[in-house]
Amino acid sequence: MKPSAGLTGLILFTVALGPAAELHFTMAGDPKTLDALQVAESHSETIRYLTGGVLLRINRTSGRIEPELAESWTVSTDGKSIALHLRAGLKFSDGTSLAAADVVRTLQRALDPKEASPAGDAFRSAAGDPEITASSIRDVDIRYKTVKPGLDHLFDQLAIIPEKTAKYPATAGPFHVMDHRPGQFVQLARNPNYWKHDSAGRQLPYLDSIRIDIQQNDDIEMTRFLRGELHLIANLDPENFDRVAKEKPGAARNLGASLDSEFLWFNQAPSKTVPDWKRKWFLSTAFRRALSQSIHRDDIARVVYRGHAHAAAGPFSAANKVWFNTAVKPVAFDSAAALKELSAAGFVLQKGVLRDHEGHAVEFSVITNSGNRTRERMAALVQSDWAKIGVKINIVTLDFGSLIERITKTMDYEACLLGFNNVEIDPSEQMNVWLSSGAQHPWWPNEKTPSTEWEKRIDALLMQQASSGNAAVRKKAIDEVQKIAMEQEPILYLVNPDYLCAISPSLQGVAPTAAPPQIWWNIEWLKLE
Amino acid sequence: MKTPRRVAWIVLSVVCLAAVLAPWIAPYRYDQQFRDFPATAPGAQFPMGTDEIGRDRLSRLLYATRVSLALAPAAAAVSIVLGLGFSLLALSRARWTREALSGITTLSLSLPWIFLFVILRAELPLNTDPATSILLTFALMGIAGWAWAGRVFSASLRSLAGADWLLQARASGMHSWRIAAVHMWPHLRSIALAQFRVLIPAYILAEASLGLLGLGVAEPLPSWGNLLKDLQHPDTIRANPWALAPLALLMLVMICLEALGSDTNNEVTV
Repeated sequence: MKPSAGLTGLILFTVALGPAAELHFTMAGDPKTLDALQVAESHSETIRYLTGGVLLRINRTSGRIEPELAESWTVSTDGKSIALHLRAGLKFSDGTSLAAADVVRTLQRALDPKEASPAGDAFRSAAGDPEITASSIRDVDIRYKTVKPGLDHLFDQLAIIPEKTAKYPATAGPFHVMDHRPGQFVQLARNPNYWKHDSAGRQLPYLDSIRIDIQQNDDIEMTRFLRGELHLIANLDPENFDRVAKEKPGAARNLGASLDSEFLWFNQAPSKTVPDWKRKWFLSTAFRRALSQSIHRDDIARVVYRGHAHAAAGPFSAANKVWFNTAVKPVAFDSAAALKELSAAGFVLQKGVLRDHEGHAVEFSVITNSGNRTRERMAALVQSDWAKIGVKINIVTLDFGSLIERITKTMDYEACLLGFNNVEIDPSEQMNVWLSSGAQHPWWPNEKTPSTEWEKRIDALLMQQASSGNAAVRKKAIDEVQKIAMEQEPILYLVNPDYLCAISPSLQGVAPTAAPPQIWWNIEWLKLE
Repeated sequence: MKTPRRVAWIVLSVVCLAAVLAPWIAPYRYDQQFRDFPATAPGAQFPMGTDEIGRDRLSRLLYATRVSLALAPAAAAVSIVLGLGFSLLALSRARWTREALSGITTLSLSLPWIFLFVILRAELPLNTDPATSILLTFALMGIAGWAWAGRVFSASLRSLAGADWLLQARASGMHSWRIAAVHMWPHLRSIALAQFRVLIPAYILAEASLGLLGLGVAEPLPSWGNLLKDLQHPDTIRANPWALAPLALLMLVMICLEALGSDTNNEVTV
C-alpha cells in the first residue's frame, strides 16, 4: 500500500518539526499535592520547582539572587522591607495575566493560619506578619515591624499562584502539569506563556515536556537508565554510582560533598530509662570528645561509601561555601589520645573493658532506622572502633516511626545514629537543631533554658545572626557556633556523603550543584540532543 | 537405608558439624573487619570473599549456620507440638471445646502478628543482649506459627476419627493415649515432618524480615536471615556470586530434610 500524498506531506512536516523533546526521569512516590503553597515533601517540591514561577531565584551555582518574575527589587537599609517590581506582560500558563495583586494574594494565603501553608513559614516573624501592599499593577511592598534577615532569599520557595483554582493549577514557571495518574506518572508540558527568552529571542524552556514516572524500585530505575529510557537519576547510592561509572562512564557524575550529613549523638535529656551514671557519661564533654576521636571517619567514607563521602567537620558541609567555617577541621582518628582523655575524666580500661570511676562498664545502645544499609554498616564500623577502647555498644535498628517517637517524645534511648538532608544553605535552616529550645535539638529537645554556658552562647549567637541584616555579622556568629559545636561535640558529625547522580550525555545545558534541586535547578535551559 | 537418605544424612551431619565447630574451623572471627578489603572477590585469603565492610563471608556463614540451624528447627518444633496438642484437644466430644478451639485457631490465623512483634520490640529494653533477643524472637515465631500446623493436623485427625480400625481399637478398650501413640502417630508423623520442612525456611526468612523491625539477630552476629538480606541487591550478587552461598546452603538443607521426609513417608505408606 502506498501512502497518499496527504499522508506523505504530514510525515514530511513532522520530520521537519523534529521529534518532541521530552525529558524522562522517575520519582519514588507521587506528589502529595499540586498546590504550590501546601508543599511539604520532596516529590511535591520537585513538581513545584519545575512548574512554579517565583519572583526571585537563588542561582545554585553562584549563590546569587537573580530576577525572575520580579525584574528588580530593593531591600531597605534597615532590613525591614522589600520592594519588588514585576516584569511587564506576565501571564500564567492558562493565559490569564499575572500582576501585583496575584503576588499579594499568594503571600496573604501563605500567611493565613487557616491554610497552614509550609511556604508561609519562612515569611512569618515573631513580631507579627508583614504588611503586604500592591502600590501599582507591577509593584509590591512588603514591610516587617522588625529586621527580617535574608528577606530577598525567601522568594526562591514561593511560587505565585493564580486566583482560579483547578485540578491542574495554572503556573507562571517553565512548565505546567498536564496529567497526573497516581502511582504511574506525572506529565508536564511547557508553559506557552513563560516569560523567559534566550539571547536569540527563542522562548524558553527548550524542552517540550517532562514525563516523571513513579518508580519506587531503584534497580528498575537503574536498568531503565542504562537502557537509555531515562535521561537522569537524581540521587544514586555508591553501589549504583559505581555501576553507572562502569557501564556508562560519561553519565556518572560525582558533585563532591553534599550539604547532607550523617551523625551520632547521645541522649542528654532526663530520661527514666537512662540510668544516672550513663547520663553522666553523656553529659561529659571529655567522654563525647574521646568517643568522637576514636571513630575512624575516613574508614567510614572509604568503606561504607566506597570513597564517595568526606569526613564531616561540624554542622555545615564544606560544600556550603558561604557558611562553612574553614578553620574547623574534622576530628582526626586517634584512639590513644581518646583513652588518655577518658583516663583524665576518671575512666579506666580494665581487661579490655572501659569502666567509669564507679566501676560501671561502658556499654550502651545505639539506635538507627531499619532498612538503611548505609547506616547499619556505619554503626558496625563505629561498634568495631569503640570496641578497641573497651566500649561496647548494642546496635538496635527500629522502624522510623518508633525511632522518631523515642528521640522526640519518650526519650527512651541512649544514643542515635541518623542524618540530616539539608535543603538550604542558609543557617536559618538549622536554627531548630541548634537553639536549645528547638524541637529538633537532638540531644535534649525543647530545653526550657540552656543547660550549659556553651548552649547559652550558641542561643545568643543564633539570635544575633537571625536579627542582623549584615552578612558579615551573621557569618562571624555562625563561625563561632561551628567552633563551639566542634569543641563540645553534642553531635558527633561523621561524614558528608557525596552527591552522586547519573545524567545522560544527550541532556545538554546541565550545571549540577550541591544545592537542591541539584540537576534541574536551571530546567528552562536544558536541551535534549 | 536408601542412597538418597544416606546422602542426606551425611550432608546434614557435615553441615551440623561445621556449625558446631565454627569457632575452631572459621578462618576469622565473624565480626572481624578487614577494612582494606571490602567486597573482595574470593581468593586465597578469603575463600568466599568479603562483605561490604570487609568481613570474611565464609566465617560469617559458618557462624550463621550455628544460629539458624539451631533455632529455626526449634521454633518449627514448638509450632508443631502446639498445633498437634490443640488438634488433639479439638477431638474432644464436648462441642463447646471444639468450637472454642476452632475459634482460637481462626483468630490466631487472622491476627496481625507483625504488630505483636513490633510491640515486643517496643517493650524489650534496648540493651537486651543479642542471645536473649534471638531466643525471644524464635520462641515467639514458634508460638505464632502453631495455627497453620494446627489446621492441617485437625483436618487429618477428623478423617482418621471415623476410621474402622480406630473404632475397633476403642471397642477393644484401648486407652486413648495408647491409641494416639501406637495407631495415630504413624499417620500423623509424615504430616508433622512435612510441616517441619515448610516451617523451617519460613522461619529463617521471617527472621530476616524481622531484622527490619530491629528484632532477631542484631549486628554483628550473623544468621542466614540477615545474610540473605544481601540478596535484595543484585549488585552484591553480580560482584560476588558467593553472596548466594547462604541461599544455596538453605536449599541444600531443605532438600536433605525433604529426602529424609519422603523416605519416611514411603515407610509409613508401606
